[in-house]
Amino acid sequence: MAVTYADVEPGTELPPRSYPATRLDLVKYAGASGDFNIIHWNERVARSVGLPNVIAHGMYTMAQAGRFVSDWAGDPGAVTEFGVRFSAMVPVPDDDQGATIEVSGTVAEKLGDNKVAVDLIARADGNKVLTRARAVVRLP
Amino acid sequence: MALNTDYVGRVFGPTEPYEVSRVKIADFANAIGEPSPLCRDREAARKAGYPDVIAPPTFAIVISMAAAGQAQSDPGLGLNYSMVVHGEQNFSYARPLHAGDVVVATTTIESIRAGGGMSMLVTATDIATVDGEHVCTAKSTIVERGK
Repeated sequence: MAVTYADVEPGTELPPRSYPATRLDLVKYAGASGDFNIIHWNERVARSVGLPNVIAHGMYTMAQAGRFVSDWAGDPGAVTEFGVRFSAMVPVPDDDQGATIEVSGTVAEKLGDNKVAVDLIARADGNKVLTRARAVVRLP
Repeated sequence: MALNTDYVGRVFGPTEPYEVSRVKIADFANAIGEPSPLCRDREAARKAGYPDVIAPPTFAIVISMAAAGQAQSDPGLGLNYSMVVHGEQNFSYARPLHAGDVVVATTTIESIRAGGGMSMLVTATDIATVDGEHVCTAKSTIVERGK
């Protein structure tokens, strides 16, 4: 059962989730999004421009936070506003585990028209990788 | 290299029309791990009140990045793309994008700032149907790291 507007109050926490980011995930995301920036798939070039490793597309991380919210709301079309700041890179090692993106969220306020504002945090390897992240979602 | 501040306020586009397809939405949903049937199953989307399968909330980047890329790659702007990281991103939707939408994107350079050896470029891309219905505004801040 999806959550409803009546169910939530400011302070209601969304169940935290973890999502993987492997090299394969980045290759798939590059293909699907059209973002072929070389730092997201070529470790040699990533290191040559001063990065610690291949890094995840910021938009891949943002998409995980989006999926987190739309899963909770039960409808990807319910998200009407979605903004984030990319506060740290997500290095993705060349192994089977890759990186792990942990997403948590809290209802910040109830708006009119069955909409709620949700504040989000995403972490990877202990660092906050999304800050000032907020989605406005319309609930049933 | 500092970015050319003469470009603030410059408008790029509208782009050639982009047709949102079911296959592209499904590919994107698969790539980000979005499990919703509303992104894949037309009947499920219709039952939920949509004309066809809908795109996940970050899908507009596929359209806005290509449009903003026109601005970012303009040689007169002076951006070194290999030193670029994404700083901030915001989407504001009038409604979800759905399969069958044919949209055009128009990008405005909103601001250019420099500080701490870095440059920040803010673009706003308006996505509207070819019939003129506003669907989404995608705002991006990209950061060119210093050497």
